[in-house]
Amino acid sequence: MKISNSFKLVILTGLIMPMTLFILGAYNGVMQTIYRAGILHQSSVAGINYYQGLTMHGVINAIVLTTFFAVVFGHITLSYYLKREPPKLSYQISMALMVLGTSLDIITMIAGKAQALYTFYAPLKASALFYMGTAILIVGSWIAFFGWIKIYLEWKMENLEKKMPLAILGTFVNFSMWFIATLPVAYETIIILTPWSLGWTHSINIPLTRMLFWMFGHPLVYFWLLPAYVAYYTILPKIAGGKLYSGNAGRLAFLLFLILSAPVGVHHQFSEPVFTPGTKLWVSILTYGVALPSFMTAFTVGASLEYAGKKRGSKGLLGWMLKLPYFKIDNYLFGYFICGLFLFIFGGVSGIVNASYSLNQLVHNTDWVPGHFHMTVAGPVLLVILGMSLYIYSSISGKEIKFKTLAVIIPYIWMVGVAFLSHGLMSGGLMGEPRRTNLGLSYTNPDHPLFNKLWVPTTTITLIGGLIMGIASILYFFLFFSTIAGKKVNESIIILPESEELHEEKKIPLLLDMRPWLALSVILILFTYVPGLISVFKYSKSVSSQYQPDNPQNLILEKKGIGNKNGKPEYDEN
Amino acid sequence: MNKYEIRVMALTGIMLSFFLFAILYNTFSRNIDVPTCIPYAGIYKKPHFKKLDFSTYEVYAVAHMWAFEPTDISLPAGSSLDIYLTSSDVVHGFNIVKKGINLMAVPGGITKTSITFTDPGVYRIVCHEYCGAGHQNMMGKIIVTP
Repeated sequence: MKISNSFKLVILTGLIMPMTLFILGAYNGVMQTIYRAGILHQSSVAGINYYQGLTMHGVINAIVLTTFFAVVFGHITLSYYLKREPPKLSYQISMALMVLGTSLDIITMIAGKAQALYTFYAPLKASALFYMGTAILIVGSWIAFFGWIKIYLEWKMENLEKKMPLAILGTFVNFSMWFIATLPVAYETIIILTPWSLGWTHSINIPLTRMLFWMFGHPLVYFWLLPAYVAYYTILPKIAGGKLYSGNAGRLAFLLFLILSAPVGVHHQFSEPVFTPGTKLWVSILTYGVALPSFMTAFTVGASLEYAGKKRGSKGLLGWMLKLPYFKIDNYLFGYFICGLFLFIFGGVSGIVNASYSLNQLVHNTDWVPGHFHMTVAGPVLLVILGMSLYIYSSISGKEIKFKTLAVIIPYIWMVGVAFLSHGLMSGGLMGEPRRTNLGLSYTNPDHPLFNKLWVPTTTITLIGGLIMGIASILYFFLFFSTIAGKKVNESIIILPESEELHEEKKIPLLLDMRPWLALSVILILFTYVPGLISVFKYSKSVSSQYQPDNPQNLILEKKGIGNKNGKPEYDEN
Repeated sequence: MNKYEIRVMALTGIMLSFFLFAILYNTFSRNIDVPTCIPYAGIYKKPHFKKLDFSTYEVYAVAHMWAFEPTDISLPAGSSLDIYLTSSDVVHGFNIVKKGINLMAVPGGITKTSITFTDPGVYRIVCHEYCGAGHQNMMGKIIVTP
């Protein structure tokens, strides 16, 4: 399908801006592994301090890059399957807001005014512009979704007999879940944190802000993941040379994500006060529920690949694994998808450990956790983003991909890097290595009294992984930006590889209607968070405090003229 | 859905039920539990450590930028310690690695748990939540005497 110039501009902006910022995000990732391995015993390099760099790494890689890609991929999916573009007003306003919000975030982070990490942990204070920036970025992504709903309803009126295409169901599930889950964080940033950061309000309930953040923080990881799932169900079987094993299984998996994604955020808070053990256990069970659609996906995608391998002439029980198109110059996408899947096996299994209630006590906030999520977000999520960004860029711009051999080998290099990185992080985590910590200044510095020799080998393995990932990303940036610098040789078109389904399956009405699932989702959220909210008000109190990361003085008390001397805690009775 | 899909879903269900059983067993039979809730009061912001009876001790642990108080926690092996943890400024972490004690110190909330120390030694407490520029130096200790 042809693409209009204004839509093309929006898609290209949505691909190039986050990829450019990803240079900064990836740089800060590699730097962390260098600090942590004890190679550097200092708090900053090149004007960026460790925690500022960590904030950039999280915000750019986990929020900006992923949200832009979900929107761009959604635009392409919707317009490809419905054969029409979304309303111009919606995609333009959406992209303008996303660019504005991201710019605010980047400016405040580079200026050093936002070092509270992407989790906004109040009462550490970041600039109000940082909170606003994130909120504006999120609202921008909503507006894209509203435009898609409009064109889908138009299409449905013309095609009453047709099922909602699987790719569109996946995208709609993702953005419905995203819309529900971002309401609490929009409330947190706009109503609570911004006025507090500006000094208009003083009192803040920290457990409440944490609950609101994690109502968003965990659905966020599914928001990263579901575009990759859409690609695994609707694109991978085609490029592997086979068919999708079962469309209905795909539909059920997506709908299960819709009901289970939002209420499980409490599993990030097992080690905290305020939530009762009962709520925590309930959420642990729900999180096991989310494992179900992932296991189903593993089966369906695996079966589709087996079919592809057998069609290519494989023999025996496992011979199909050898027949897949791993290193084919004209099929570079396959490598990104399959490497992502390999990593995701381990990412998924380690995630079950995190979700396991009392087992979480061993790993909470240790390096085990980044070890786990680098095999998900830096595994299938990022690899699908990298592969599909190349594909979409090339078809929309009409430019040929330069250095195709590089495009084929990059995902394999990346996968090896992530394997080392995650192994180092997880083994260190099991020995108590804390995450989000500049280890090089103390724990991995032999001259420091806190030096811990057990953490030297693990951080070194992490460093090796980080460097390999760094090499893969440099190669990718070289490839992506030299493709941009190339000449237009083809017509600009909207196109996606589209998998057929293996069996003609009968229609199951429950799998074709999102409404009952949405209702169930809201019920489960209320069932989890109403008790949570009651606990917050029963077990916690608001505090009047605000802190800069480099100073133990309470800014609010200072302003009121009370001042706690030398940063010593005051022992007031309230 | 064909029979293979139904089988894989059943297998997944059985496996997850097994995991769930393991959790319930740990929680109810072996008393390995997550921290409990108690209502917040300002008194917990005053660090204190005292002996309750011959083998039970109690500590009001206060995390602040960038140290834990009280600093002189010492108890004989075999005794148990009730921990009431809070923070007087930002959010901190509290991880006694060898004991699997992993808590968050949140301003305005109290994290309560109990542990028993069977072996003598020095147990290091690592702050594992980012709490500002001095985070990497924030460590406390508990001394368990023979």
